[in-house]
Amino acid sequence: MLSYIVRRLWQMIPTLLGVMLLLFTLYTLVGGDPSYILAGKSLSAETIASIRTQLGLDKSLPEQFLIFVKQVLTMNFGTSWSTQQPVSEIIRTRIGPSVMLLLTWQLCSLFFSLLFAASVAYYKGSIYDRAVTIISTVAMSISILVYIIAGQYFLAYKMQWFPVYGWGNGFWQNFLLYIPLPLIIGVAVSVAPDTRFYRSCFIEEMNQDYVRTARAKGLSERKVMLKHVMRNALIPIVTGVMSSLPYMITGSVLMERFFGIPGLGNEILKAVNSSDFPVIKAITIYLVIAIMVFNLLADLLYKWIDPRVKLN
Amino acid sequence: MNQDSNLTLDQEKVETQVPAQSLSSLAWKRLKRDKVGMISLLIVCFYLLLCAAGWMGLVGENWRADVAVPNAPPTFATWEPRGTQVNAVAATSSSADQVDDDNSAAAPDPLAALMAQADKHESQYASKTTTLKDTLILGADGQGRDVLQKAIKGTSVSVSVALLGAFCAIVIGTILGAIAGYFGKWVDDVLMWFYSIFTSVPDMLLLLSFAAVLSRGISTLVLIFALTSWTYVFRLMRAEFMKHKERDYIKAADAIGAGQTRKMFRHILPNVSHILLVQFSILTVGMIKSEVVLSFLGFGVGIKQTSWGAMLAEVPAELIQGYWWQMLTVTVFMSVLVTAFSLLTDSLRDALDPKVS
Repeated sequence: MLSYIVRRLWQMIPTLLGVMLLLFTLYTLVGGDPSYILAGKSLSAETIASIRTQLGLDKSLPEQFLIFVKQVLTMNFGTSWSTQQPVSEIIRTRIGPSVMLLLTWQLCSLFFSLLFAASVAYYKGSIYDRAVTIISTVAMSISILVYIIAGQYFLAYKMQWFPVYGWGNGFWQNFLLYIPLPLIIGVAVSVAPDTRFYRSCFIEEMNQDYVRTARAKGLSERKVMLKHVMRNALIPIVTGVMSSLPYMITGSVLMERFFGIPGLGNEILKAVNSSDFPVIKAITIYLVIAIMVFNLLADLLYKWIDPRVKLN
Repeated sequence: MNQDSNLTLDQEKVETQVPAQSLSSLAWKRLKRDKVGMISLLIVCFYLLLCAAGWMGLVGENWRADVAVPNAPPTFATWEPRGTQVNAVAATSSSADQVDDDNSAAAPDPLAALMAQADKHESQYASKTTTLKDTLILGADGQGRDVLQKAIKGTSVSVSVALLGAFCAIVIGTILGAIAGYFGKWVDDVLMWFYSIFTSVPDMLLLLSFAAVLSRGISTLVLIFALTSWTYVFRLMRAEFMKHKERDYIKAADAIGAGQTRKMFRHILPNVSHILLVQFSILTVGMIKSEVVLSFLGFGVGIKQTSWGAMLAEVPAELIQGYWWQMLTVTVFMSVLVTAFSLLTDSLRDALDPKVS
């Protein structure tokens, strides 16, 4: 077990190095010289030269890459180019709202789509099943933007059930006042694809022989579904949860933008708009590391759910 | 696709020889029996025609023209009370004699003489009176541009960006996947390393990272989509080429002295191309959705073009004043195509690979 974890962590290093190389290529070679952006109106040869020394741009490319690697390892990306705030502080203060939104969204979406999927799979082939399939196909074809725009307009502006926009200071204020609307919209977006995916997982398991055996020995339908089918369908479901994470990151970037949630998504959009490279690099690298760690955790979770799974 | 699968199982019984059928013609036969698939195909073809016509300048060319009053409602929704529309009709008119009347009535105006002179000069030139329409079939946007024209132009931009992006992703993914799967060893290791790099960054962040350093425009969008989506094709193609290179027909090709490139692209590729077709339509749907998001965020087609995303970007400000038609039009245009494409993907998969279903 421990050797597996160590090996997996070891394997992350070349990938991470590759991601750093990719970002380095993008922002150093393709992105152009940032000293001109930073110098602004006071454009003189001296200012440019001093900014270049400050950023280490006068060094050779391998040296610059080493500086970048050092930044990643020490988690010290210097200061933001547009606000002069330390990048580590930006990440520290912005990560909370993002995690809050993503976590509640993921949990609610999982709960509702499992509920739908299990019931649809149970009544497979009925009108209910067909209706849910058709509705989810149509629902999936509508852009996430339309859900957000229309949801914000009807639920917040027209009905005034939720605040249109904003973020407070206290945890409970945010959780009870500002999170619900993005959450409802998010669940409405993600419940359709998830239901379709989980439905196929359930149906696959329900056709297995052990389900027939469970029924034959007289178990209640409830027990068959929850203990036997659900337990075995959990493996693809864990995969589904992990693979929906990138999709949810897109969603939360948009959601944070629309509802003024001061999270990482909002920050990265601001950074992209103002060519604030240190912030983009830092957020991207740490998200990549986080996702790698989550994938490792998911693989360990498989082992825990299903003892048949062999880690290799 | 040129793999001959002869259907005549019992040669002695059948008098007349049944001609050999290729995979594509068999798949087409199966697809023709699938009603949902055929309707989806028709809809997709219609959009493709619209897209082609848009680029040839046949439809949606004057989407920039202000043909109606700002926010003119759709014709079918004109029962709504219209207050603002009345005062905006016919902005220009030549009114030299009107000025003369004013001149006598309002004598103390010191500028009146100058104004009259200016009007007289103006009246020497031919002026055209344009009447702005009160309503349009699908309404107008905030500048008075026809929403239908914009939607058609937007369709042609959005769909062609997605198609081009998907095509480039397929080309990159197929070539790299073929090389990795066919040669294996260190070549495979290197390409898998590339693959792991691109897949470990979430799509949105990868899109934004590219968008941050590249200039805005259609070609950039296609490039970004190709660079972020080739990995899906790569993974599939690599596995297929690994499987196929061990097959007997490749040994046969080897025996007759076919080169590596020939074996990869003339022998194996036709046998796996059905996977590419399905993948192509999956990628196109994904890219249509991404284009909308990127254009909305301002990293899309740029201000000189319009697209579904660019149109949706105007929506929040309109909706708050109660002008819902642009949002509805874009949503309907987009969801009809995306639904048809998704259903077509399923039908294609069934038709091309009957073993699965």
